[in-house]
Amino acid sequence: MPRLPKILTPKPKRPGEENGPVKHHPAAEAGITVVDWLDERMAVSGGIRWMLFRKVPRGVNWFYTLGSATMFAFLSQAVTGVFLAMYYQPSPTGGAYSSIRYITDQAFLGQFVRGMHKWGASVMVILVFLHMARVFFFGAYKYPRELTWVIGVVLLILTLVMGFTGYLLPFDQRSYWATIVGVNINGTGPFVGPYLSDFLRAGPEFGANTLSRFYAIHMMLVPGAIAALIGAHLFLIMKLGISAPPWLKAEPEPDPEAELAMERAEV
Amino acid sequence: MADRHKEVKPKYTADRHIPGAFEGETVTRRRLMGLTVQGAGLITVASFTLPALGFAIGPLFSRVPFEWQTIGVPADFSDTTYVSRIVTIVPGIGETGKSLAYVRSRNPAIDTEKGDQYNQFVALSSRCMHLGCPVRFTPAAGRFICPCHGGVYDFRGMPTGGPPVRPLDRFYTRLHDGFVQLGPRYSVNSELQRFSPRDPGEPLDGIGQYLYPKRFSTSVVPSN
Repeated sequence: MPRLPKILTPKPKRPGEENGPVKHHPAAEAGITVVDWLDERMAVSGGIRWMLFRKVPRGVNWFYTLGSATMFAFLSQAVTGVFLAMYYQPSPTGGAYSSIRYITDQAFLGQFVRGMHKWGASVMVILVFLHMARVFFFGAYKYPRELTWVIGVVLLILTLVMGFTGYLLPFDQRSYWATIVGVNINGTGPFVGPYLSDFLRAGPEFGANTLSRFYAIHMMLVPGAIAALIGAHLFLIMKLGISAPPWLKAEPEPDPEAELAMERAEV
Repeated sequence: MADRHKEVKPKYTADRHIPGAFEGETVTRRRLMGLTVQGAGLITVASFTLPALGFAIGPLFSRVPFEWQTIGVPADFSDTTYVSRIVTIVPGIGETGKSLAYVRSRNPAIDTEKGDQYNQFVALSSRCMHLGCPVRFTPAAGRFICPCHGGVYDFRGMPTGGPPVRPLDRFYTRLHDGFVQLGPRYSVNSELQRFSPRDPGEPLDGIGQYLYPKRFSTSVVPSN
């Protein structure tokens, strides 16, 4: 168990100070009471300390923040997506297109929130690949972190599925034809391709249920899976620790005999 | 130590010196209870995941019905050029379900495939056989050209350039009460043999027809 940081541990008494319980400012006291009440019932403070006060290898740098950046991009997508869903109607007979027009042109801050979601999607895909490149070139996928890498690859695929399903939702010419092309590319997989395309379209042609199917996959199925897998990914990072940069040499174990010899030589 | 693995557990629980074991009992009560609870959990989970899964993949197995659509009278169509007609592929979803067909009457001089009641009028689907973009007939060139990736088809819809993997799909046509009617779509290979409709990008020559099997969902023309 790592120690509490210095600012959180009470200062030792000066000589002459009276003995007794440590006095805090009343505001701090209230905070401590609340935290104590919660911790008595959940006992999570140990877990939180385990999570936050970890040992980090020397030489970590800005490249190590790409994973967190990706996670925050996902959170931004989740939050903006939930609020876009309050206005969006997945109807192929005109509702989808006009609700997107309403969000963009009329809803207060609609253009901004939709813009965050739209550009944030590209940002997330770029960050995923940068993070992957960092892990690859730093060799951070090696033992014992292979499972973290495998989960990361699944997260990459799910992120691309999000991009593919989300592209249809504005339901303009571009998104319609891009989806036709995408589903047909998917159909060229031998044996299973044609059936997979039927599954995606909910039938042999782009039909009445295709849009709502893409919408359900985009806003429920895949985000849930991504959130769960991010949890597993993070747990493994906490459990296994961060890998040191490849240029860092392992420090040799201190050899007591050699030290003794050095001391004798000095004398 | 090696003998420990060869030791066979007695069949009856009573012989294993388990307190409270019944005469003739072979499964401990703890094990029976454990299996029952796990089985019940499995059945509970299956009772909502299996129907949900069936619900999601149901469209793969429900055959889509079709109706013959009237697209004109025989005099509307010549055998030297194409006339475009808007046809409904999926009813009930407005513009999204519409597509374009290029129609002409059969010309025995160029149409070498066997004539029957369904191809007295040649109706080509405008869906490109590369990845499904809409092709356009260019009368000056007598060719169909796809705007997306440069696929080119000749007057009969046979691919002559670019990435398309098979000739343009066709529609069944028939003459009914003096009107030209258009039925469901079908796919053809380079010999213009008919196949049940395949998606674009799936070749039908040679091994292709086995790599891309027919689907359960596409409409069939009644054989009469």
